Amino acid sequence: MQRRVIFDNKLLPYLLLAPQVAVTLIFFIWPASQAVWQSVHIQDAFGLRSEFVWFENFTAILSDPNYVGTLRITAVFSLSVAVLSMAVALLLAALADAKIKGAAVYKTLLIWPYALAPAVAAVLWMFIFNPEIGSLGRLLNAMGYNWDYRLNGDQALTMVILAASWKQVSYNFIFFLAGLQAIPRSVLEAANIDGAGPVRRFWTITFPLLSPTTFFLLVVDMVYAFCETFGTIHALTHGGPGKATETLIFRVYQDGVVNNDLGASSAQSVLLMVILIVLTTIQFRFVERKVHYS
Amino acid sequence: MLTRRTLGLSTAAFALTVGLSGAAMAQKTVIEFWHGLPQPLGGQLEQVVKGYNDSQDKVQVNASFKGSYPETMQAAIAAFRAGNAPHVVQMFEVGTATMMAAGPAIKPVHQLMAETGAALDPKAYIPAVAGYYATKDGKMMALPFNSSTSIMFYNKDLFAKAGLDPNKAPATWPELVAATKALKAAGVACPFTTAWPTWVQFEQLGAIHDTPFATQSNGFGGLNAELKINAPLYVKHIQMLVDLQKDGQFKYGGRDNKADGLFPSGECAIIQGSSGLRGRIVKEATFAWGAAPLPHWPDQIKGEPKNGIIGGAAFWVMTSPKRTPAEYKAVSEFFTYLAKPEIDSKWHMDTGYVPVTFKGVEMAKASGFYDKNPGADVPAAQLTRTPTTENTMGLRLGNLPEIRNIIQEELEKAFQGQVTVQQALDSAVQRGNVVLRNFERANKN
Repeated sequence: MQRRVIFDNKLLPYLLLAPQVAVTLIFFIWPASQAVWQSVHIQDAFGLRSEFVWFENFTAILSDPNYVGTLRITAVFSLSVAVLSMAVALLLAALADAKIKGAAVYKTLLIWPYALAPAVAAVLWMFIFNPEIGSLGRLLNAMGYNWDYRLNGDQALTMVILAASWKQVSYNFIFFLAGLQAIPRSVLEAANIDGAGPVRRFWTITFPLLSPTTFFLLVVDMVYAFCETFGTIHALTHGGPGKATETLIFRVYQDGVVNNDLGASSAQSVLLMVILIVLTTIQFRFVERKVHYS
Repeated sequence: MLTRRTLGLSTAAFALTVGLSGAAMAQKTVIEFWHGLPQPLGGQLEQVVKGYNDSQDKVQVNASFKGSYPETMQAAIAAFRAGNAPHVVQMFEVGTATMMAAGPAIKPVHQLMAETGAALDPKAYIPAVAGYYATKDGKMMALPFNSSTSIMFYNKDLFAKAGLDPNKAPATWPELVAATKALKAAGVACPFTTAWPTWVQFEQLGAIHDTPFATQSNGFGGLNAELKINAPLYVKHIQMLVDLQKDGQFKYGGRDNKADGLFPSGECAIIQGSSGLRGRIVKEATFAWGAAPLPHWPDQIKGEPKNGIIGGAAFWVMTSPKRTPAEYKAVSEFFTYLAKPEIDSKWHMDTGYVPVTFKGVEMAKASGFYDKNPGADVPAAQLTRTPTTENTMGLRLGNLPEIRNIIQEELEKAFQGQVTVQQALDSAVQRGNVVLRNFERANKN
């Protein structure tokens, strides 16, 4: 049977809920409905003339071959960022979980990059990768490798993937470390006594027990790669060369803010919203059931 | 506890404060002015504004920096939508068509001046400047202020090293190609680069060769213009750049002004970019350098090379439901001050922007500035060397910033060798025309 809490005052529960409802309405529902409204209109930059066009903005976007290319790049980018940042974080967490001297120092240092704003992080990466002023960029060119991300799309994409992943490693690291520490020592010790080596212990015990964390991070990292990497791409490549590093979120900005085309930009926002709702639903349906927070 | 009494008291106190500050404000008309110039130029602009504020006691102009040009534009549009537009906003030249189509959002400068009884003579301005910001029948829509044009800078030391005459810059493209070859042979890693690829290698190229960038007189004739940048001149020109790049004689330095730094650092021997780069070169370059007009193609030109077009920005007057006639009057007085030739020539000499009025050019000349700074007269000379034609007045294309980006993207594809030059330019025309049609549709009724 469900336990019910009885409030004497009929108004109080609503009053207590009000701030949260207000925040949700003002900061989430209102802008989102604005985006939906804009997405079915064609409007000039100043908002002086507006024409209702049904789904014309959506058909224009979806029939644009460049948009399909952007979708593909976003998929490659997001998956790469998620996989790379998780793999590195897992390796680091596994190492930091061991009994080593100064573990606390390593852990603290590994969390630092998370505190950096994406744009600042991107500038740091530019000082590494820029062909003229970057340390690594100059080294590569001096060694005879033609490194120039301004004209080589694959190099540019690799660079933004590296920069965006690096930023997310810290976040993943914390979760993996917590996940590792939640694994019962007795299970690992039993396997040890049975003669399983560290690699075998990792793949047969640690990794499966970590899977809820891994799946949760996969969803979070995908959302991160979809939406929060704008600053990195903006500062490093501006979506170029060509459209080699243009992701969905970058194009939303480009069309809406730079090109003043609110209809097209809003239609893309709505599409992006749909994609993220699907991702979040997956998270709630499958992850919430499996993850055990200890 | 907040009782009814204290609430009443504090409300009264608040009303009193507002009333008082309102009374203090009434003595001076306050004008909000948003600009998009970062330091050090922004500071210099604010000095000009301060000069105006100190020159009289009726009007207080508040200058505030709103980020880059596109950010300033965005801020002004958002403010207008919220009914809170600044009185004056600085808008980059590629935003001109968007502002002109904005109808009731702006007050044309010629109308403002007529209503307030002030005078602004379009003939006082260099035609390449006035034309860019005027209607087809010559009425000024905005106040021209900081204009630049693109020219060529070259490294005299590297020219000498390559056995080239350091006092003679290449005047034609074949000469420039030959120079880059000699520079490369002399071991220069980057003989030639360009900043602002669209502005310099397309817009200026078209003007100098009197070739349209778009139909309808580059858009001056109406919103139904279409791009013409896949014409033979452009294909030939970009093919030359792609070939030079393959041979290591040209280096693509990135979009917009990203390539700027390659010249003052001594890495690239020749750069084509904004005349405004001069200030940075003076400060940073540790070698002898020269300035020259942009080269031309002798076989693609009838007669002399024509005048180049401008870049930079102008000042627009924005409307708001709250505006009073006194505020418009104050704006017109501020503009009258800014239009003075002595302000114009001082701004030119301090910053590297071109003088926008004929008198401004003369004053700079008379002050001996060009004798002390050889090459500083190149931009104005290039802007005024011929009367303007319909191809050299500038561009009046909606969403031009977006079109510029499209061209840069397609250019990058051609440089990467993904597509041929013809394919890249055809695609740029096709994509650019979609932008123009969208703009036409959003702004027609």
